[in-house]
Amino acid sequence: MHITSEKFQENAKAAISDEQLQTGLFIFGKIFPLLREATASKLPEFEALRDSARDIKIENLNNLGTYLEAFEARVEEAGGRIHWARTSEEANTIVERLCEEANAKNIIKSKSMVTEELELNDHLIGKGYNVVETDLGEYIIQLRNEKPFHIVGPALHLTAGQVSDTFYEAHKEHGRTEKVEDKVKLVEEARIVLRERFKNADVGITGANFLVAETGQIVLITNEGNADLSATLPKRHIVVTGIEKVVPTLDDLSVFLRILARSATGQETSNYVSLYSGPRRARDADGPESFDIVLVDNGRTDMLGTPVEEMLRCIRCGACLNACPVFTTVGGQSYGSVYSGPMGAVWTPALASVSSAAKLPNASSFCGKCEEVCPVRIPLPSMMRHWREKEFESHLTPSGQRWGLGLWAWLGKHPSLYSAATNIAGVGLRLISKTRRGRRIATSLPFIGQGWTQSRDLAVPSEPTFLSQYKDGRRR
Amino acid sequence: MTAQPTTSGHRIGLFATCLVNTMRPRVGFAALKLLEDAGYEVAVPGDQTCCGQPNYNSGDQESARDFARGFIQQFSNFDYVVVPSGSCAAMVKVHYPKLFEEDEPEKADIDAVAARTHELVSFLTDVAGIDRVEAAHATSVTYHDACSGLRELKIKQQPRTLLGSVEGLELKEMEDAEVCCGFGGLFCVKYPDVSGEMVRKKSEEILKTEADAIVTGDVGCLLNIEGALTRRGERTRAFHVAEVLAGFDTEDAS
Repeated sequence: MHITSEKFQENAKAAISDEQLQTGLFIFGKIFPLLREATASKLPEFEALRDSARDIKIENLNNLGTYLEAFEARVEEAGGRIHWARTSEEANTIVERLCEEANAKNIIKSKSMVTEELELNDHLIGKGYNVVETDLGEYIIQLRNEKPFHIVGPALHLTAGQVSDTFYEAHKEHGRTEKVEDKVKLVEEARIVLRERFKNADVGITGANFLVAETGQIVLITNEGNADLSATLPKRHIVVTGIEKVVPTLDDLSVFLRILARSATGQETSNYVSLYSGPRRARDADGPESFDIVLVDNGRTDMLGTPVEEMLRCIRCGACLNACPVFTTVGGQSYGSVYSGPMGAVWTPALASVSSAAKLPNASSFCGKCEEVCPVRIPLPSMMRHWREKEFESHLTPSGQRWGLGLWAWLGKHPSLYSAATNIAGVGLRLISKTRRGRRIATSLPFIGQGWTQSRDLAVPSEPTFLSQYKDGRRR
Repeated sequence: MTAQPTTSGHRIGLFATCLVNTMRPRVGFAALKLLEDAGYEVAVPGDQTCCGQPNYNSGDQESARDFARGFIQQFSNFDYVVVPSGSCAAMVKVHYPKLFEEDEPEKADIDAVAARTHELVSFLTDVAGIDRVEAAHATSVTYHDACSGLRELKIKQQPRTLLGSVEGLELKEMEDAEVCCGFGGLFCVKYPDVSGEMVRKKSEEILKTEADAIVTGDVGCLLNIEGALTRRGERTRAFHVAEVLAGFDTEDAS
C-alpha cells in the first residue's frame, strides 16, 4: 500500500483553510453522529448487540483458520473457487489472471476498500483493462483521480458544483454536452452512463462485508444496488476481500446487520443486503457463470497475537471517523492512506510500516470518542498508543521530542530538581509575559511552545509554584 | 458544605499535577480548601512530580513506569489520593495498573494506590457524599467536559451538581460540550494547526452561550481554551471548577 502519511501536517493545514472542504466535513462530523445516535437510541438492545458483536469477532479471530477452511469448503460445494493471496501483489495477479481467463476487456466494480488497499484498479488499468467504479461516490473520485475521502462516503465531501464540473468534463465522450447542476439530475446522468458500462461488462468485481462460514455466502451491504448489478450482470463475479471478514453462522451475521448501518449512516438497515453463493445454477434465472473469491491476507495474520489484533474486528462502518474531532477537522485525504481517522491510524502502520505511517497514530488527542462509538468496541486509543511505543522503541520519535521526554523523566526521578525546574520555568514565563486586561499572558513562546502560541496565548501565573508556596506554609 | 464533617480520620494525599503546580497554583489551594471543608485531613507530599502521562502517551513506557514508582512512594500511605484533574487521575487509576505485570513487585502497591485515587469533584460527590458547596458567584458559566474525566472516569453530572449549588451561578450548556477542545497533551504542540482549529471550534460554541466564563476540570484544557479566547480578544473568563466551587475570587484568576 502506497501512503503519503508523512505529509499529514501539511495536508491538514491546507484542509483547514479549504472552506469548501470544511463545509463538506459537516455531514461527517454533525449529520452522521446525530443520525447514529437517533437510531441507536431507538434500539434498547443496541449496547448488548455491540457486546455480542465484539464477542463473536473475538471468537472468530481465535479460530480464524477453522472458519476460513469451512467457508472454503462450502464455497467449493456451491461451485465457486477460493484463491488465497498473501500479499497485495499476489491478490492483484490472481485477479488479473482471472480476467485474462475470461478474455475480459471491460470490468465493473462496486465499492471495496480492500481493492483500494491493494490498488487493484491501477494494476488492472496498467494491464490494459477498462475498469469502472459503479458506486456513485467511487465513480466520482475515480473520474477526479482522487483517493476515497472516507471509507463509507468516499466523495461525500464534494459539493454538487464540483461533481457537476467533473461530470461535464468526463461525460462529453458519452455525448452529454449540457452542463447539469441539479443534484437529482446529476445522479440520473451517472445512472444512464453507468448503465451502459454494466451492460458491456465482462467481469464484475465486488468486495464483501461479511463471509458466512456455515453457508459459503458472501454478504454485500449497499445503498445503491450497484453491487448487485456488478455481481449478477457480468458473466464473471470476482469477490476480493480480507480474511478477517468471516463470521461463523447466519445467526452471527444477523447481529452485525443490526449494528452496521446504524453505526455507519444512522440507517436502521441499508437499502440492499444481499447474500451470494456460487455461480448460476441450471435452475437460476440469472447470475454469473463463474464465482471466484480472492481472500486477502496482506499483513492481517501478522496482526494476530499482537496488541493490534483487536483491530481485525473492524467492520468498516466509519463511526470512529465521524466521531473523531481530528478527522472532522482535517478530512480523509490528509491521512495519505485509504484508511483514515482512528481506524486508519491503527490499520495503516500495520499494512504499510510504523516509520512511514508514524504521523497517523500521533495525530490524536486521545479524547476517546472513537472507542465510545465503535460497534465492536475496539480500544482504538490504546492501539494508537501501541504504535507510538513501537515508534519510540525503534528510535523513530523525533530527536527533540525524545530528548525532552528523557529530561522530563529524569526530573521526575529527582524531585528537588523538578521543583527547581518548575520554579525557574515559572519565573521565565513571567519575564516574557505581559499584562493585558488584568491578565498576565505570554503571546510568543520559544522552542516547542511555538506550537502553542501559534494560535493561542498562555495564561501565566503571578505566583510561585503550588508546591513551593505550600512548603512555605501557605494553606489557602 | 452540607453536613458537619463526618470523615475525620481519613487522610488524603493531594496530587497537585504539574500543570496546577506550575501554571495554576490557585487550583491546588482551592482543592485543599474543598477537601478540608469536607472534613478530611489533607497533606501535600513535597516530593511529588508528574504522573508521567507525557511519556506514556509518547510511547515511552519505561519512563512512565518510573513515574508510577515515584508516585507510589509519595502516595501509598494515604486513605485516598485526590487529583484536581480527570486526565492525571485517569492516568493513575486506569493506566498505571496496565503498566505492570501481575508478577512484578510493584504491582500490588500500584493497584492499591490506583484504587484509592480519585478526581477531585467526583471524589467530593461520589466518595464524600457532598451535593452542595458554600460559595456564591453572580455569574453565568458554561461547562466543558474534559475528555479523560468524561470517558475514562465517567465524570459528567458531578461538576454540574456542585456548580448548581453555587449561589447566583447560572449554568448555560454549550453545544458539543463533550467534544475535545484540542489540547491532548503534547498533541497541541505536535499538531498545532489541527489543535488550533479544534480549540477555535470550541471557542465558537463557548461564545454562542454568552456565558461570562467557561469552567472545566482540567488545567490543560483550561489553558488551551483560555489562551484561544484571549488571543481573539474575548473577555470570557476561564476557571477550573475547583476555583469556582471554593469560592475563590473569580476576577483575578492567575
